[in-house]
Amino acid sequence: MTFTLLDETRPLTVDARIDGDRVRLPRAAVRDALGWELKPQGLCRGERCVLVPAPAELIRDGDVDLAALAKLLDRPLALDAAEGAACLGAAADERAERLRSLDAPDFTLPDVNGRPHTLSGFRGKKVLLVAWASW
Amino acid sequence: MLTVALDRSADDARPWIEAAKTTHPSLVDSEHVVADLFRIVNVPTGIWIDERGRIVRPNDAVFGTDTFVEMHGIASGPHLEALRAWVTAGAAPFATADDVRAHQVLPTAEEQLARAEFTLAWHLHRRGRIEAAERHFLRAGELAPHDWTIRRGSMPIRGLDPMGEALIPLWNEWAAAGMPYYPPMKPRG
Repeated sequence: MTFTLLDETRPLTVDARIDGDRVRLPRAAVRDALGWELKPQGLCRGERCVLVPAPAELIRDGDVDLAALAKLLDRPLALDAAEGAACLGAAADERAERLRSLDAPDFTLPDVNGRPHTLSGFRGKKVLLVAWASW
Repeated sequence: MLTVALDRSADDARPWIEAAKTTHPSLVDSEHVVADLFRIVNVPTGIWIDERGRIVRPNDAVFGTDTFVEMHGIASGPHLEALRAWVTAGAAPFATADDVRAHQVLPTAEEQLARAEFTLAWHLHRRGRIEAAERHFLRAGELAPHDWTIRRGSMPIRGLDPMGEALIPLWNEWAAAGMPYYPPMKPRG
């Protein structure tokens, strides 16, 4: 079935097989949409490989089990199988490591007129970043 | 100065931005990307970033005025003075990188799951799947009960008044937990 996988906040449409609460994605979709590919040395993306301790959990009937993938990558998974949607969030360790480095994470967001601004575009200036809300 | 509105749309943020007649970039973060990247759990949150993109003063509750000081107890003066000293004289708020780190609170796995639930909820809501969205908004709030960007931030989306009754349980739980926001931080100087 057509499934929406939010990679952090980026929406991806993939074909999934849903079995109750278990969601399986084709290996090609995981490779193309998320960049992770199963190789002899493990699950790899670019130069980085993660050991797969339980291959039978990760790959079922030739497809990638989404919950097993999330666990392997240590990323939080919010899943609504009935709605055909899930969000694979950012790993806490990854966020924490970045913040500990004290290098401000970069981002690009639109202003009220829709014009994009990137934090790193302010290099050379001191920045006071203030998060606020109408609520 | 760079402001980021953790609002669902530019429409929610715009009246405030226009009233303030801001000259700095006023960004809209409907997906709470910045909240996720910087572990922001309430507003307002101020972060100082230097010319090389380094965090020199991490997340803190900072106010530009004393309009609500009786409610939250944080006077605007000391932070503004320290800010001026930093901008005009380069006075760093902390002596070492480890001092900066000592004031950081890092995200937990539960908090990150809460954010994923929120993102899913928001997506479902925009698809018109309101009941499903509500389940995930509530789940997000259970996972991160003191994250106001989640529990209060979802209120406008869910048709609740963020200034009204829905705020009461959030406030009470937060107060009972000792009002966790960010660790108290003295500006230097």
